[in-house]
Amino acid sequence: MISQRGAASTVIAANNVTVSYGAEPVLIDVDFDIADGEMIGIVGPSGSGKSTLIKVLLGSVPVRSGKVDRRPGLAVGLVPQVEHIDWSFPVTVAECVGMARARGLRTPWITKAERVEIHSVLDRLGLNGLANRHIRDLSGGQQQRVFLARALFTKAEVIFLDEPTSGLDVKTRHEVLHLLDELNRQGLTIVLTTHDLNGIAAHLPKIVCLNTRVIGAGAPEDVLVPDVLERTYGSPMHILEHGGMRVVVDSPLFLVDDISSASA
Amino acid sequence: MMFAADLFKPFEFEFFRNGVIVATLAGALCGVVGCYVVLRNMSYIGHGLSHAIFGGYAVAGLIGINLFLGAGAWGVITALAIGGIVRRRPIGSDAAIGVVTTASFALGLALVQLYGSPGQNADALLFGNVLGVTFADVWLIVAVSIGAALFIGFGYRQLLFTTFDIEVAKATGVRTGLVDGLLMVLLSATVLATMNVMGVTLIAANLVVPAVVARMLTDSFGRMLGYAGLIGAVSGFVGMNASYHLDVASGPTIVLTAATFFILAFVAGGSLRRRAATVGHAH
Repeated sequence: MISQRGAASTVIAANNVTVSYGAEPVLIDVDFDIADGEMIGIVGPSGSGKSTLIKVLLGSVPVRSGKVDRRPGLAVGLVPQVEHIDWSFPVTVAECVGMARARGLRTPWITKAERVEIHSVLDRLGLNGLANRHIRDLSGGQQQRVFLARALFTKAEVIFLDEPTSGLDVKTRHEVLHLLDELNRQGLTIVLTTHDLNGIAAHLPKIVCLNTRVIGAGAPEDVLVPDVLERTYGSPMHILEHGGMRVVVDSPLFLVDDISSASA
Repeated sequence: MMFAADLFKPFEFEFFRNGVIVATLAGALCGVVGCYVVLRNMSYIGHGLSHAIFGGYAVAGLIGINLFLGAGAWGVITALAIGGIVRRRPIGSDAAIGVVTTASFALGLALVQLYGSPGQNADALLFGNVLGVTFADVWLIVAVSIGAALFIGFGYRQLLFTTFDIEVAKATGVRTGLVDGLLMVLLSATVLATMNVMGVTLIAANLVVPAVVARMLTDSFGRMLGYAGLIGAVSGFVGMNASYHLDVASGPTIVLTAATFFILAFVAGGSLRRRAATVGHAH
């Protein structure tokens, strides 16, 4: 049930959602609530339904059963995986951001007021001076931020990011994470998917472990535990404490056994 | 003086004036529409649709309706069928275009063989015929060009978003199915309005070459549309004049003019783009 805007209001709620692309279900009986101002990470192995869950929450994939409620008039944005971008497409940074405001009757050109807004968003994300560059001619972190700028330009209240740190080096990954944290502190609701349990998920306030079904949801210290991770990834995992931080590792015994049996 | 007089001489003939107007407008129209076709990796669709429309032409003749209306409707249905197949089945657009349009062309050929050509324009449809360009053809291309300008003008951002990133466009509320459908209708109308000058066999080049040349000259989508329209228009105008003076069919001269632009862009495009990028970064 969608609550009224205010303290801890729910902006999107998925209840008992099942989705299938054919006979095999991709998501089964998934419950997933997003409250205003939350920052949530969805983790799970490849094929666990992470990207599908984002599409369901956005309303771009039909559900077989269950229900998804969105607060009326809610503006949402999506930052796609960089691997899915056609980098040879002829589009400058300003054109890429400007295309996002596409609904309703619009001038084909970017208006003076919109240009000011675009420069403001680019400045906010540290992309000033790059408006006329082709998107291919940017670093990995800048490319990620351009698509974040595009989502912000739509005045989105909730932004979904599909694997935002995939393919980025450690330094850039930290930059992107800090930027998302800063945007979240400014009031933006953020939902992201990630494979990176230690570099990203462990730093988020809330994690949802998904493997077709929701296996666990909550704070990292409650969810990043061996039982939940094994049920999510189908493989034993251990948690180590290092410098006061929890670090997820594959089971060392499993790896040693594996190597021994392979070399025998 | 004599040379200039020779250059302007063909403009004394109404058929030539009509031909030049249609070829120039068709070049600009195909250049602009071709940008969307090329960037969606559907370059083969112009070739396929023009062949498919030949099937519609034969069917329209057989059932006794207006040939151009029948062929146009057939083209739209074919284009929408291709889009529908790609969305509903796990096959690429190139394969869907290959299956649907060749089947339609084969149907047209079989019907023409069985029942004869429904009009005198079957050859013109296949190979293009500037002598057959009438005032009605001029109005048709003007009407399609106005329709295209309105559609691309009002739907510019939706078209760009859908072409660049259809998943995100759909997720953020753009009606991508409607945008795709209307683009297919525009493409069919463009092919139909251009066919008399270019012919079924060469029309794809008019859609693809100016867009490819423009892509080689710029990294901006807006400028690509402008360059492609201009290159297409110049190719149509120059090619039509060359056709008269060299006594060669208009389709090949228009395509060869556009191909000359391609060679020039291939040779000089890299340095032009580097210079443009330097200017862009300076701002």
